[in-house]
Amino acid sequence: MRAYLPDYQFSSAKSLSEALRLLEKGARPIAGGTDIMVLFDAGLLAPGDYVDILGLSELKGITQKKNTLTLGALTTYSEVRQHRFLQTNFPILCDGAKEVGAVAIQNRGTLGGNIANASPAADFPPALLVYEAKIHLVSSRGMRTIDYTKFHHGYKESELKKDELIHSVSLENQLSKHRHFWRKIGSRKAQAISKTMMAGVLKLNKNVIEEVRISFGSVAPTAVRCTEVEKFLTGCPINKNTIREAKQILLKDIHPIDDIRSTGKYRLAVSQNVLEEFLCGIG
Amino acid sequence: MKKLSLTVNGKKYLLSPHPFSRLLDVLREDLKLTGTKEGCGEGECGACSVMLDGKLVNSCLVPVLQADGKQILTVEGLAKKYLTPIQESFLNCGGAQCGICTPGMLMAVYALNRNNKKPTQQEIREGLGGNLCRCTGYCQIIESVQKIGKTKSATRKGKPRS
Repeated sequence: MRAYLPDYQFSSAKSLSEALRLLEKGARPIAGGTDIMVLFDAGLLAPGDYVDILGLSELKGITQKKNTLTLGALTTYSEVRQHRFLQTNFPILCDGAKEVGAVAIQNRGTLGGNIANASPAADFPPALLVYEAKIHLVSSRGMRTIDYTKFHHGYKESELKKDELIHSVSLENQLSKHRHFWRKIGSRKAQAISKTMMAGVLKLNKNVIEEVRISFGSVAPTAVRCTEVEKFLTGCPINKNTIREAKQILLKDIHPIDDIRSTGKYRLAVSQNVLEEFLCGIG
Repeated sequence: MKKLSLTVNGKKYLLSPHPFSRLLDVLREDLKLTGTKEGCGEGECGACSVMLDGKLVNSCLVPVLQADGKQILTVEGLAKKYLTPIQESFLNCGGAQCGICTPGMLMAVYALNRNNKKPTQQEIREGLGGNLCRCTGYCQIIESVQKIGKTKSATRKGKPRS
């Protein structure tokens, strides 16, 4: 371990209000630690005050009210993948959670942490984009709710202020007639960070696309909704020409780059192929 | 420093580590339980896997403050008088080569077996997906899991484990 322990202070918050007070004083939150502890072990975590929020019951649990499902920020990947209602109604979230790290990471990592870490390769954001989630943020000043599409501003930048915590995420259950699709491409099945990944929902009327939502991760500074492709596809019949053209239009929505995990060229080609799989009904 | 209470393998310890210390280091250095290994130190290899309140975790990613008041099971806590059927099977099937990944593998198999006594090969691969074996002895490891409880005991007829 390369971190120098005396550089860090770490305390446990007994309640949400105590945690928020500590954040106001400059402390930073730690939940499951699956991202922060990697930086810490490498000696790359900024020194200072940290507060443990993993025990806060206010941020836990999955609740259902009529058509709205609310997931507390501390919901773990394991809890998401095992949740019956999510499996049936929001399967992309469960499929995504299943492919994060492996069991030990899934038991610790949280929904809120995955979002707050604001990595373009995070596994939940593409699903949250196509499900048009709302995100609830809390601070000592109160709660505010924004559309998830407005949360991520850029690479590792988001709407979350330093004194705020992600409280929860809510989803409207309105996609029962849609086909749900998730595909993550990494170096292996487990413990892989994606080279590209796609979430999609599709509603067909005979062979004509009535509604489609598509989003990709790891191919732009944040996860992105592919609005150009969606606009083109809506009202189109699914055939070879439509698919060929959609794959070309995808270039307007995603901007993959070369980095340690892959090349821009590979990412683009594979993203186009994954889009084709989705439209052809494979997977 | 605040006193932390950790129950490790059924034994309660009161300790005053730095709250940001990794659980892995507290186990190995303060409690001298060196069965748990450090591989990558970044949650990729699973060599440091332990059970924390009944859930498999990477102990290199757990700051010890988050283990306060919790139950921890390490590889040292698996066998009582005799080796467990999981350990017997690893012995008989050659599931351990150099041994560095073995404690983590055993803990991951323990976690898998608690909810699923007869895992399919796919379930075994998924359950052990977070544990790397640099000797690449995966076939024997998977066989070890499939044959739990089915192989001859290597220790039960001999001397009990002291």
